[in-house]
Amino acid sequence: MSEVKNVATRVGYGTALVELGKIRDDFVVMDADLAAATQTGMFKKAFPDRFYDCGIAEQNMMGIAAGIAATGKKVVVSSFAMFAAGRAFEQVRNSIGYPHLNVIIGATHAGISVGEDGATHQCCEDIALMRTIPGMTIINPADEVEARKAVYAAMELDGPVYMRFGRLAVPVVFGEDYKFEIGKGVELKEGSDVTIIATGLMVKEALEAYELLKSEGISARVINMATIKPIDKDIILKAAKETGAIVTAEEHSVIGGLGSAVGEVVGEEYPVPVVKLGVYDTFGHSGPAAKLLDEFGLRAVNIAEKAKKAISLKK
Amino acid sequence: MDKQTKLELEKTALKARMGIIEGIHAAKAGHPGGSLSCVDILTYLYFKQMKVDPKNPKWEERDRFVLSKGHAAPALYAVLAQRGFFDEKELLSLRQIGSMLQGHPDLKKIPGVDMSTGSLGQGISAAVGMALSAKHFGNNFKVYAVLGDGEIEEGQVWEAAMFAGNHKLDNLVIFVDNNNLQIDGTVEEVNSPHPIDKKFEAFGFETVILADGNDFEQIEEALNKASGSKKPVAIIAKTVKGKGVSYMENAVNWHGAAPNDELYEQAMAELKDALAKMN
Repeated sequence: MSEVKNVATRVGYGTALVELGKIRDDFVVMDADLAAATQTGMFKKAFPDRFYDCGIAEQNMMGIAAGIAATGKKVVVSSFAMFAAGRAFEQVRNSIGYPHLNVIIGATHAGISVGEDGATHQCCEDIALMRTIPGMTIINPADEVEARKAVYAAMELDGPVYMRFGRLAVPVVFGEDYKFEIGKGVELKEGSDVTIIATGLMVKEALEAYELLKSEGISARVINMATIKPIDKDIILKAAKETGAIVTAEEHSVIGGLGSAVGEVVGEEYPVPVVKLGVYDTFGHSGPAAKLLDEFGLRAVNIAEKAKKAISLKK
Repeated sequence: MDKQTKLELEKTALKARMGIIEGIHAAKAGHPGGSLSCVDILTYLYFKQMKVDPKNPKWEERDRFVLSKGHAAPALYAVLAQRGFFDEKELLSLRQIGSMLQGHPDLKKIPGVDMSTGSLGQGISAAVGMALSAKHFGNNFKVYAVLGDGEIEEGQVWEAAMFAGNHKLDNLVIFVDNNNLQIDGTVEEVNSPHPIDKKFEAFGFETVILADGNDFEQIEEALNKASGSKKPVAIIAKTVKGKGVSYMENAVNWHGAAPNDELYEQAMAELKDALAKMN
């Protein structure tokens, strides 16, 4: 892990859009006055005629996207997670989700790591909101490589996709040979005592937690769960059966996110302890992203603690 | 418009009105008032204006229609049935379990429905998206939408109007079904959207006031006036809520209520009588 590059997942998103723009012209990209931040600005610069700025009007943007998709074309829309999933929730639900239209929603600046902007912009509810929409696919990439590959995969999908990207530059954990598949969790470390299922920037923390636990003689399995819906039941149930305890880690509310999704699968099909690490039903506040992640307990050391708790709960 | 054409359109609209009443009566639920106010506009669009093919409802080059005031679904369904997109008998299954005719339009289930609508304010954005798509990808179809006058109290309508005006979407024509009534009273009593034409004008639309939106000659005239516009077009159509059924006309209580058997018979008798007079 020497010389680890730090790149925000939103950069992978913007990069992939430009790459895709060079090989296909059957889609347009839209933003709501945040192109420079969401990184759709990269696409705007490369293909100014294929980019539309809706201005600060996210609800209308979702509706326009639905209309474009209803004519059989592909469309990518972008805003911050707070506004894409939050403000425009009902438009996403009724205009995009209900007719199951091919719209890619690229939502950036998700989670507490937005940092200085504070609680109004730190969306920790978006996965929960989007999970409730029937037929919505949700992808939360762990690093820049996975973000890029996920955009390619989303472009091939039939139906709406919510893609969650971060503002903060985070370590690149995957090589270019990493294979991404929608709906498939990936086992990154083998282990037998407990399984850590992580998503987004918590994947890198989970890999560090693996080392911490190893030094204490605990064998932890680590799974990257980039697709939160549809959730990979098989890999979860295999982990439940083989390790008997699960910890989930996400930069999102513990209500309705990855932890809930995993808990639902395990609770209904093979009950074992599921301990959730995430944001505990509270709003964020302003501060540097790294300090906030420390303060909110979204670190490897916190995952390791929860892993031990999960193991202690085994019957 | 020649007399014969007008007569045929009026007959078609009367049959569609019967379809509206029959469906809502069978469902014991639905929105007759706002369906009856806009059904003449829909009839004109589907029979005279729009390029559609009932045998090929997904034809890529067809003109698109979005019923932004989705609760007037019975009017859309009745007109689609008259136009041959599906059998008239389907109208009796409105709102029933297993029926394709959902309470609000559903593009996945119903042949001829171009956009799922129902949550007010959202349809116009989809119509704008379709018009933008046609321009961007080089298609020649036009996009028509019907909005309610209460519906335009939704802020999203004006977000959409601003975008359409700025992008000069001259392939977009919207009607505002100005029947002047919404659930809680007259639009003036509730939260007046007037002056509607001036608002759309300010947002970059060519506007036309249609003095009687239940009159086919005037509907045609309004569309002709707007054709050739280099801007999106908004036609503010003065209509009568409940038009064609005496006790429903201009009566706010018929916004979202189904007639009982007795009132159903009365409505059908009135409509049949009107049709008989035309034959």
